[in-house]
Amino acid sequence: MIDKIFPSAEAALADVADGATVMIGGFGTAGLPNELTDALLAQGARELTIVNNNAGNGDTGLAALLAAGRVRKIICSFPRQVDSHHFDRLYRAGKIELELVPQGNLAERIRAAGAGIGGFFTPTGYGTELAKGKETREIDGRMYVLESPIHADFALIKAERGDRWGNLTYRMTARNFGPVMAMAARTTVATVHQVVDLGALDPECLVTPGLFVQRVVRVERVATSGGGFKNAA
Amino acid sequence: MTTYKRWTREQMAQRVAQDIPDGAVVNLGIGLPTLVANHLPAGREVMLHSENGVIGMGPAPAEGAEDYDLINAGKEPVTLLPGGCFFHHADSFAMMRGGHLDVCVLGAFQVSAGGDLANWHTGAPHAIPAVGGAMDLAIGAKRTLVMMEHITKAGESKLVPQCSYPLTALGCVSRVYTDLAVIDLGPQGARVMEMCEGLALAQLQALTAVPLLPG
Repeated sequence: MIDKIFPSAEAALADVADGATVMIGGFGTAGLPNELTDALLAQGARELTIVNNNAGNGDTGLAALLAAGRVRKIICSFPRQVDSHHFDRLYRAGKIELELVPQGNLAERIRAAGAGIGGFFTPTGYGTELAKGKETREIDGRMYVLESPIHADFALIKAERGDRWGNLTYRMTARNFGPVMAMAARTTVATVHQVVDLGALDPECLVTPGLFVQRVVRVERVATSGGGFKNAA
Repeated sequence: MTTYKRWTREQMAQRVAQDIPDGAVVNLGIGLPTLVANHLPAGREVMLHSENGVIGMGPAPAEGAEDYDLINAGKEPVTLLPGGCFFHHADSFAMMRGGHLDVCVLGAFQVSAGGDLANWHTGAPHAIPAVGGAMDLAIGAKRTLVMMEHITKAGESKLVPQCSYPLTALGCVSRVYTDLAVIDLGPQGARVMEMCEGLALAQLQALTAVPLLPG
């Protein structure tokens, strides 16, 4: 019998080791797996490399992990937000390493890891300081930059409904990085608001096939709060 | 010197909206470009895309009806039109990089006469760099349009021979809409297509750091 349902976020994250690379879904506050980041904080793993689009909002979730000094490095596209004060302080003090990645390259590097791709050429970033030192190639008259996959030990993602095989659906733009992060991690832990019987999710509309997911934790629905408004260019 | 009347932000948005054809798939950047959505001429149907995995975005929700699981790239609550849909981040950026967007409208710190764009980082020593989807958007759409003030608060031209701020992408901008003029960019240089009421080309040239060609 296959049963990926875990009794709690704590149980699902018990084996995260020091030095692990952990992907955390979410864009702004949509799709942030808050119960899982709270459990990771309580669990105590240190020297983490975190992969997330942003670098924490306010004082909870990823921001609390940063504030507690548990993160060695962050790989993200948009760290600077009005409420990213914990990251800002650590970065300015030289206490955290930042790998800044254009958002589409971040998504595709994660996808590539999940898809078994060893690297890919992308036009994004060519001629900019974010492509400095990277191999470039002209293909059919256009210039491209070689980018590498990003693998992870764990992916922590937020979904809407799931079953004991790990099949998932999401809710609106809270989907964002969830499906690709699920592919890229050795162990993917998903929270869902509803655990349903096998067959209850329409197989034509199911978003993440269960083989990409190892652990499912049911959590209460809490309305997503706003946050992370960007500073416009 | 004659007196001239610079375009307001709403007028700039209205002018950009005129250039977005019926049926276009469009991404509007954060800030000034967002205003364009309010000025699309009646009868034109466009599909608005946002990097965080939504196409077919509608207007902002009524107060009290906000749902922060349905947001745009600026993390503001939006709505979904019938026919709209959601997708994951890799698909969203495949839509950009793969050339499936017809138009994107971006803000800018600087644009060069050859269409280079700088809009993500001032390069100041204590500034925290943040790029988001700017580099992907700039190279992805079939047409990349820029909306910006013509000169900075310090009085410097934002249209420049070479960008001094860190680049977002090379040669990607085809047209710039400022509060003074609409200017086409390309290998031949900067060509003035329109100017605000009362402005003479010589006056515009005096405020602009690159040579301007008449339209």
